[in-house]
Amino acid sequence: MSAPASDHGHAEPTSFTFTPENLELAKRIIAKYPQGKQASACMPLLDVAQRQNGGWLPRVAMDAVADLLGMPRIRVYEVATFYTMYNKNPVGRHHIQVCTTTPCWLRGSDDIVHTCKKKLGIEVGETTADGQFTLGEVECSGACVNAPVVQIGDDYYEDVAPEHMERILDALARGETPKPGSQIGRQSSEPVGGPTTLKAFTAAQADATTAQADD
Amino acid sequence: MPKLTIDGIEIEVEPGTSILQACEQLGIEIPRFCYHERLSVPANCRMCLVEMERAPKPVASCAMPCGDGMVVRTNSETVLKARKGVMEFLLINHPLDCPICDQGGECDLQDQAMAYGFDRGRYGENKRAVNDKYMGPVIKTIMTRCIHCTRCIRFINEVAGVPDVGAVYRGEHMEITTFVEKAIGSELSGNLADVCPVGALTHKPYAFTARPWELRKTETIDVLDAVGSNIRVDARGPEVMRVLPRVNDDINEEWLNDKSRYSYDGLKRQRLDRPYIRQNGKLVPASWAEAFTAIAARLKGLPGNRIAAISGDLADVEAQFALKELLSRLGSANLDCRQDGARFDTSVRAGYLFNSGIAGIEKADVILLVGTNPRWEGTLVNARIRKRYLAGGVTIASIGEQRDLTYPYSVIGTGPETLQQLVDGSHPFAETLRAAKNPMIIVGMGAFQRADGLAVQAAARLVGEAYGMFRDDWNGFNVLHTAAARVGGIEAGFLPGEGGRDVHGILDGASKGEIDVVYLLGADEIDTAKLGNAFVVYQGHHGDAGAHRADVILPGAAYTEKNAVYVNTEGRPQLARLAVFPPGEAREDWKIVRALSEVLGTTLPFDTHGQLRQRLMAANPIFGAIGEMTPAAWAPFGAQGPLDAAPFVTPITNFYMTDPISRASVTMANCTEALVGPAQERTGTHG
Repeated sequence: MSAPASDHGHAEPTSFTFTPENLELAKRIIAKYPQGKQASACMPLLDVAQRQNGGWLPRVAMDAVADLLGMPRIRVYEVATFYTMYNKNPVGRHHIQVCTTTPCWLRGSDDIVHTCKKKLGIEVGETTADGQFTLGEVECSGACVNAPVVQIGDDYYEDVAPEHMERILDALARGETPKPGSQIGRQSSEPVGGPTTLKAFTAAQADATTAQADD
Repeated sequence: MPKLTIDGIEIEVEPGTSILQACEQLGIEIPRFCYHERLSVPANCRMCLVEMERAPKPVASCAMPCGDGMVVRTNSETVLKARKGVMEFLLINHPLDCPICDQGGECDLQDQAMAYGFDRGRYGENKRAVNDKYMGPVIKTIMTRCIHCTRCIRFINEVAGVPDVGAVYRGEHMEITTFVEKAIGSELSGNLADVCPVGALTHKPYAFTARPWELRKTETIDVLDAVGSNIRVDARGPEVMRVLPRVNDDINEEWLNDKSRYSYDGLKRQRLDRPYIRQNGKLVPASWAEAFTAIAARLKGLPGNRIAAISGDLADVEAQFALKELLSRLGSANLDCRQDGARFDTSVRAGYLFNSGIAGIEKADVILLVGTNPRWEGTLVNARIRKRYLAGGVTIASIGEQRDLTYPYSVIGTGPETLQQLVDGSHPFAETLRAAKNPMIIVGMGAFQRADGLAVQAAARLVGEAYGMFRDDWNGFNVLHTAAARVGGIEAGFLPGEGGRDVHGILDGASKGEIDVVYLLGADEIDTAKLGNAFVVYQGHHGDAGAHRADVILPGAAYTEKNAVYVNTEGRPQLARLAVFPPGEAREDWKIVRALSEVLGTTLPFDTHGQLRQRLMAANPIFGAIGEMTPAAWAPFGAQGPLDAAPFVTPITNFYMTDPISRASVTMANCTEALVGPAQERTGTHG
């Protein structure tokens, strides 16, 4: 949960205008909604604005969205402050969001947070001096079967262990993009170490399963 | 019609009635915080829980519509337990600082905690604290006290139509704020403190000044605009401590504009508390006898046509009537209650009244504003138009300036020629008016305060006639006045008599030396430079423009200090009542005129207020129907003539300062600075 913006001292830009490409994109998004219901495009437009502005939403960007949609500015401000995915403060180039809700926590998210802190030399909610990394804790990312999960930018890194985390951070620091997804080579959410297809599911295992069900 | 049982009592209600409303019909009290009769229903406080048969858990009665065969219990153990639980949650983050809270003694949370609160807290953690927000010059915020009922958000969005307030962040971090930390740009912002059920939003000017139980409450009416809002004046000793709205569904519902609510500090400043006489160019204190003698000496032997009187925006009916009687005894017909110089026909009542009534706005389906900015000239009339707009199915258009009126409307013209086009049907808007069932026209003073006022009035009447605004069951011709004294003055006959001069003629005559004595009854909005060398008597309560020019000052009473009749723009006479006594040697206005008449040797034939009222009723029977609108018969009015092409200009340049009381008010000065200053620069129509 982000604290009120006033708690963080940062310079707000004085103006924001959509780039021609983003304005085109915004118009395509707005066109998806029926006439008179343009306000429905508020959230995707805020996302477009956030991406254009280097990952965070200054107030002028919210105003630009409100004006584009003909909404009262306070309504957009309400939406932007309600959702934690809209960053009201500047973030680094890589926004590292470690999930620390129960399933990830049981699977060792504390170690991941600790690794990040040690490696980057920052606390949760802070940005490194070079502006490369921002560390954040988030509530459930919705990928519990592959816990622990770390979201970096638009990518999910799953089944993360501290050594994976170090490797990912090193790669990001070098300017590379580490491979997203499971860090232990799991296909999607298959059982760890178990069969991956019905073909590998042997007759003996099937009997055992049936016997269990009969008990 | 659904029939249901509440606490064992059967009741049949209109479809769509909520359980809470049904309970109210039965006289069963349901506690609530977020529910408000005139706002939408969010059902987020959960205080109104009731038990309903076959429902798995308690239901919020404010949002549950009555259904046939429902069995509801409002006083069971379950209900009490549920409400106690809600109350305990509400109090978790509430600071319980009632001893230092201005809401103390009239706080919904405090009252309901008496019924549903525990006698001790079970919450051991730290309470949350919230930064206070800036909401403008009249609303004080202590946001830690907020229980997030969202009444303020709904009020400002729905009634005021100025979406400046919202709830940001979420869950435990939710905060009510303005966008962002700016003053609320609404003339109705004072009502936010009224709708707030706790002490989060309170009245800034009233902060730490009084407790509700030490105040003397007087039910009276407001006179700072022509709407005639019903108010309650709370006073302690000789001082007005605050002004609150009273419910009157025909006029102000339960709202009040900020000028009427917060100008009361002006009642304590710049007051005239004793008579003055100008000697050697300087005003020196005098006794009543000396003041009257000075006037008598100047009037002695003067022919009536060299005497004139002008009444101001706050003058009551009795004083105007008495002064008119006095002037006619002195042989003068030079008197006018339209100090703003408006020209309109007063021979037909329908021609100068808000005939449909303010509540009648809700029946209109096309509303045409002519030369008016109702947001500033009659804020609660504007709120009613917005209410009509929210109900849907209405077209609103304006001939005049483009302003933010809090609802969408189209400007179809700027001046009288558009009216002419509507009369002959050549304007595209004519089609809309023709299709309307209950068309309405609202003419403001901006349309009459011009040389062709009478012709504009006639053109507006012709528009009304052309589109069926005058029918037996509907009169959609409305005039929105700007001053509380105006309609009363007209009804009392404070108008130029046979061969008499109107306000233009009086000022013209005074500057040319054709008029020797001008009696100003609280008239401050005239060009005092035009009074020339005339001997000026000023009777009023504030040391404003008129008093500065005066040769003799007679201190009168403000509207909170006298029992008097005022007639609002609908033609509805209402009683103002004495809440505090006039300061010093000031007196009720009719008494001053009556006393002066004796010194002048033409004693007016009434000694008591009752006798004066009797004469008033004999002169015009509408004064007998207090609080009621006497329907005005329709007859041709106005005078057809050449129309000037100049655009209509709204007469009010600063909503917060329109009369001697609000000009003397510090709160209104703060409002002007915070809310009007920048707008003046932006529009460039002021000067």
